[in-house]
Amino acid sequence: MTAVAPLALPTLPAAFQQSNVDYLAILPLLIVFGTALIGVLVEAFASRERRHAIQVTLAVAGLLAAAAAIILAAKHQGLTMGLTDGSTNRQLFALAIDGPALFMQATILLLGVLGVLTMAERFGGVGPDAFTPSGASTPGSATETAAARAGALTSEVFPLTMFAIFGMMLFPTTNDLIGMFVALEVLSLPLYILSGLARRRRLLSQEASLKYFLLGAFSSAFFLFGTALLYGYAGSVYFGDLSKAIAAGPLAMNGLLVPGAFLVFVGLLFKVGAVPFHAWTPDVYQGAPTPVTGFMAACTKAAAFGAILRLGYVGLDTGRWEWTNALVLVALLTMVVGSVLSVTQTDMKRLLAYSSIAHAGFILVGVLAFDRKGVGAVLFYIVAYGFSTIAAFAIVSLVRQNGAEATHLSQWAGLGKRFPVVAGAFAFLMLAFAGIPLTSGFVSKFGVFSAAIGTGGATGTVLAVVGVLCSAITVFVYARVIVLMFFSDAPDDAVEVAIPSVSTTFSIAIGTLATLALGVLPSALLDLADRASQFVR
Amino acid sequence: MTAMSTVPWLTILGLIPLVGALVVAFVPGSAENAKRMAIGFSLVTLVVGVIAATQFDRASSSQFQLGEQHSWIPQFGVSYSLGVDGIALVLILMALVLTPICLLAAWHDVPEEAGPRGGQRVKTYFALILVLETFMVGVFAATDVFLFYVFFEAMLIPVYFLIGRFGGPRRQYAAMKFLLFSLAGGLIMLVAVIALYLQGPGGTDGFLIERLTGLSLDPTTERLLFVGFFFAFAVKAPMVPFHTWLPDAATESSPATATLLVGVLDKVGTFGMIRFCLQLFPEASTWATPVVVALAVLSVIYGALLAIGQTDMMRLVSYTSVSHFGFIVLGIFAFTNVGHAGSTLYMVNHGFSTAALFLFAAMLVRRRGSKRIPDFGGWQRITPALAGIFLVAGLSGLALPGLSSFVSEFLVLVGSFPTQPVAAVIATTGIILAALYILLMYKKVMTGPKPEGLVGEREHDRLDESGRRGLTAVRDLTTREKLVAAPLIAAFVVLGFLPNLALNVINPAVDKTLSHVQQAIPNLNPAGTVAEGSSK
Repeated sequence: MTAVAPLALPTLPAAFQQSNVDYLAILPLLIVFGTALIGVLVEAFASRERRHAIQVTLAVAGLLAAAAAIILAAKHQGLTMGLTDGSTNRQLFALAIDGPALFMQATILLLGVLGVLTMAERFGGVGPDAFTPSGASTPGSATETAAARAGALTSEVFPLTMFAIFGMMLFPTTNDLIGMFVALEVLSLPLYILSGLARRRRLLSQEASLKYFLLGAFSSAFFLFGTALLYGYAGSVYFGDLSKAIAAGPLAMNGLLVPGAFLVFVGLLFKVGAVPFHAWTPDVYQGAPTPVTGFMAACTKAAAFGAILRLGYVGLDTGRWEWTNALVLVALLTMVVGSVLSVTQTDMKRLLAYSSIAHAGFILVGVLAFDRKGVGAVLFYIVAYGFSTIAAFAIVSLVRQNGAEATHLSQWAGLGKRFPVVAGAFAFLMLAFAGIPLTSGFVSKFGVFSAAIGTGGATGTVLAVVGVLCSAITVFVYARVIVLMFFSDAPDDAVEVAIPSVSTTFSIAIGTLATLALGVLPSALLDLADRASQFVR
Repeated sequence: MTAMSTVPWLTILGLIPLVGALVVAFVPGSAENAKRMAIGFSLVTLVVGVIAATQFDRASSSQFQLGEQHSWIPQFGVSYSLGVDGIALVLILMALVLTPICLLAAWHDVPEEAGPRGGQRVKTYFALILVLETFMVGVFAATDVFLFYVFFEAMLIPVYFLIGRFGGPRRQYAAMKFLLFSLAGGLIMLVAVIALYLQGPGGTDGFLIERLTGLSLDPTTERLLFVGFFFAFAVKAPMVPFHTWLPDAATESSPATATLLVGVLDKVGTFGMIRFCLQLFPEASTWATPVVVALAVLSVIYGALLAIGQTDMMRLVSYTSVSHFGFIVLGIFAFTNVGHAGSTLYMVNHGFSTAALFLFAAMLVRRRGSKRIPDFGGWQRITPALAGIFLVAGLSGLALPGLSSFVSEFLVLVGSFPTQPVAAVIATTGIILAALYILLMYKKVMTGPKPEGLVGEREHDRLDESGRRGLTAVRDLTTREKLVAAPLIAAFVVLGFLPNLALNVINPAVDKTLSHVQQAIPNLNPAGTVAEGSSK
């Protein structure tokens, strides 16, 4: 290493400098974090009868207020929360409030509202129906029975969700690797807990939670190790410095850059469920309470893709040739494995899990376009997929047999004949996942594939062709679900569709209508996504 | 290029059936009422369609007329742009005529179920057919490649439900096969659609056909794009070897669905070849001609041979269509005006004649309770009127002079002889084979000893109580069935004797398409000479 000229190490500021914070720019983040903290207090002080109502109202109000604050924050775009180093004129800012960040924040907030409303479903019980009254007890133990008999509530899921949303909003906003790691942990830890809180099939749920936690911890470690290597390379964790260092950096230091970039990407790709870091997805999607699965599928994906975009387009953009090929391989694998394995699934939640893996692959195709159009397409895709997937999981949570969710595919046979509206909505969402025209899924796929063919060169065309072929495979999967629901006869012990409360009905309706609206009249959101596709540096 | 219209005729044409579908599906009331409303909506659409056609200026039918254009997704360069030339107009009119006929023929296809919501299934069936009509208008009228693609793919969904929910015992398999074949073709086309836009001038209306016509493409790119489009259309049309979905889909679906599927939807494939393959990729089209023509001739012969061997009546009819589509494609890729005009007319005529074969065969099937040809025999003595119209439909299918199919088949063969003499000669044997499959079927079904226990209603009336024992009376044509048959047979005769009614509208549009090809390939001599010869 001595042969290499050492890079300029950061000179520490001589005197203490006050951090420069634009509070209006981070108002949405503050509101969500504040709401989460209030939620904890409510949990401690509010009476049991009123706690559920208070928590749901508080969470929804907080999310909507934060969404409104986005409009305010949009007028204060730029880097914030940090300082400008006077001597080198380097900007050391932890947060980047720019188009992609705010777009993702708004997406996560709106999807979060739908997620919270789905979680709030009680089906006439006292607490949220999907969650166990005592998550810490051993399944089937006396403690659990006692807790259920005493009417214990799991209303702490709402503050936990708010913390997760805070982390998710922070994730695509952070402008340095350490901040990104903090956001990653803030969003992950509540999700680990939420995954283990299913009321029914608790062992499966706890297994899912443990798996998610262990693998998540591994991926966090990868991310941190990569951060350390990149710091060693650039002497800074700030994306701006990283980008400049790579542009000026000597090839001899690639021994730090390449593995560093690779490991950091591993941490992020784990969160979107890209192959080969996808192994947790089906298990966790299946084991977690269904409303949590829907929330996770929609919002985690949004947050993580926001972070991947920022890392790829701002932090490591100058070293693109070092990692692009690896990411292309991951995208190809993700699309192929996700779609092929979804063919053999017999459980609805696992099927949707593999479908989400395949979708992650399609979104990566858009990421790899390396163009503003690609960013816009990715942003649009995430919104469209988020609305469809939350509605789909909400519908899964309604289809029941003997009081428990009926997720085996065979149990859905003949659903369309007995419950045409619910099954019709689900069939429509399936068509959207398949990418049939006049649904949002088609516009999304068209966006990413055309960006890939347009600016991705030969690689982009290959990615798009593989993507199209994989779409054809997934069509079979979704069509099979429709065949089951509409063309098959119901078995004797047919499932029921539970009558949902207003909140779940609202999420399903909004999710389905958004899927239709974004398919028929997508230009307003495309325009917004396009205007929001510029990163600040 | 596109003549704009002050009244959005084509949008109205698409909207009426869509509104009708919503009304039929969701307005409470008896199933009978819903059926009547469905017919009413389709008839209104037909009337409006005829009025719109009178606004069409035949003198300049080479241009897109009745045009509308609005920005739809400017970020992708997509416009909501409609317009028809002569080719599209006749195909739309054919679809508008066939829909009410199919609805009428479908009256008893779906039995009403017991219970308070028993009629819903019937309503859904009729509503889906109306939705399909909307997409049929849209797909022929779209003058924006993206919009065409949207209709092309979205159309699959109502058909998928029509086959899968209202079909025969193997309907699930047939519906899935239909969807997968069509989507596989369509998705390959999607890549070509995107790539085509990127080759074009781009911009907020870059998907308009007129923007994408006459591009100077790199030959390799052009050929790849051609293959992308052609594959989708060949699956749709369907050409051997991509035809295997059709017999399953047509046999397992209800007769009305099969009629619309084969009579109208499959025409989108051959229509697409003219509108997109030839017009947008003229050089690649001539490059691919030897292979395409070979496949077309193969379809003619192979489809006919398979038809001869069938024992299932519906399957037989669907294989005859494979053969007929071979003729259509042959005429298109002959690159002569006569061949093109013949192919376009063939599309219309085949729509009516295949509708007649499917619907009349279904009348027999419903009476006998079996689709198997060996289960019939001697039926001209049981149901003489039905036998009569069945014979007319069959003769139309084998292109008897005087009936409409003869004109188009003759034009296709005459038109393709100058450029593809060998193919034309081989395809001509398809006519003989057609006579075989039709007449053999007629012989087996209608002549010979009749099945025991069945008797025509007149004879049944004549018999006394003891003579009737063990006999079941079979009704001849009902009034409803006569109403189904009359317009179809009228179409055979009218278009058979007065083909110029359609040809005058078709010809200028055909000339335009070929002039595009000739501009791109100036040395395409045979086409040029024939074009001059025909216009005299």
